[in-house]
Amino acid sequence: MMHPVAEYAISALLLIGGAFTLVGAIGLARLPDFFSRLHGPTKATTLGVGAIMLSSVIYFSASGEGIGVSEILVTVFLFITAPVSANILAKAAMHIDVPPAEGTRGKPWEQ
Amino acid sequence: MLDRLTFPQPWLSLSLFLIWQFLSEGVSGGSVVLGLVLAWAIPQMTQGFWPERPSLLKWWRMPGYLVHVLRDIVVASFDVAALILSARQPRSAFVVYPLELTDPLAITVLAGTISLTPGTVTVDVSDDHKSLLIHALDAETDEEVIHSIRNRYERRLLEMFE
Repeated sequence: MMHPVAEYAISALLLIGGAFTLVGAIGLARLPDFFSRLHGPTKATTLGVGAIMLSSVIYFSASGEGIGVSEILVTVFLFITAPVSANILAKAAMHIDVPPAEGTRGKPWEQ
Repeated sequence: MLDRLTFPQPWLSLSLFLIWQFLSEGVSGGSVVLGLVLAWAIPQMTQGFWPERPSLLKWWRMPGYLVHVLRDIVVASFDVAALILSARQPRSAFVVYPLELTDPLAITVLAGTISLTPGTVTVDVSDDHKSLLIHALDAETDEEVIHSIRNRYERRLLEMFE
């Protein structure tokens, strides 16, 4: 039997995580160009996945199966790899001259 | 053959070994052997990607930096979520950020931080390692973006690395 406080915390974190992941997906659909769409899935989801992982850590700690070190590691790996994939996607887009949305200030550089 | 049985980056090997023990279901003979193999093989394979010895001088400041970044991720996530759900068009911009950092590892950490905090993505590093190209999702002025990155992250990294 889990402590009620732990159950509330897990539920709240799952809801927060789900909400942010949903917002990230909406951003992917709604934002005007490739470069701003990159922000949706790589960012709002950072917090989304973070919250879901945290709830998993609390669940396994509270149910007495040892603290969830592997969940923390998954989060750490995600936080290390998400910027790299965003960077590579943006670089590839720049390389094949994906046009930025109208009204974007500045432009990708040539080098 | 035997001269390759070295650990060129002891700290990297040690962290890989420990991470592998945490990822396995309990420490056992098998996980120790596989951990040792990985701790040896991965640094050997990635050696060419490390420019020189990493130069994190004041590593004890790292946890404080991470807490600072995590807090910013949470705060900025709410801003980006509000922007996505609001009806107005985002004011996107490409911003050229002049770097003060010179250490390659420090620049990598800064670029990663910029990409992780919602609202900005690092697009490219200039060939001379003097500036970063950043795409900001919603920025009123370029100065605002440069100013906030300079004060929030680059200052701290400068203290840590140089």
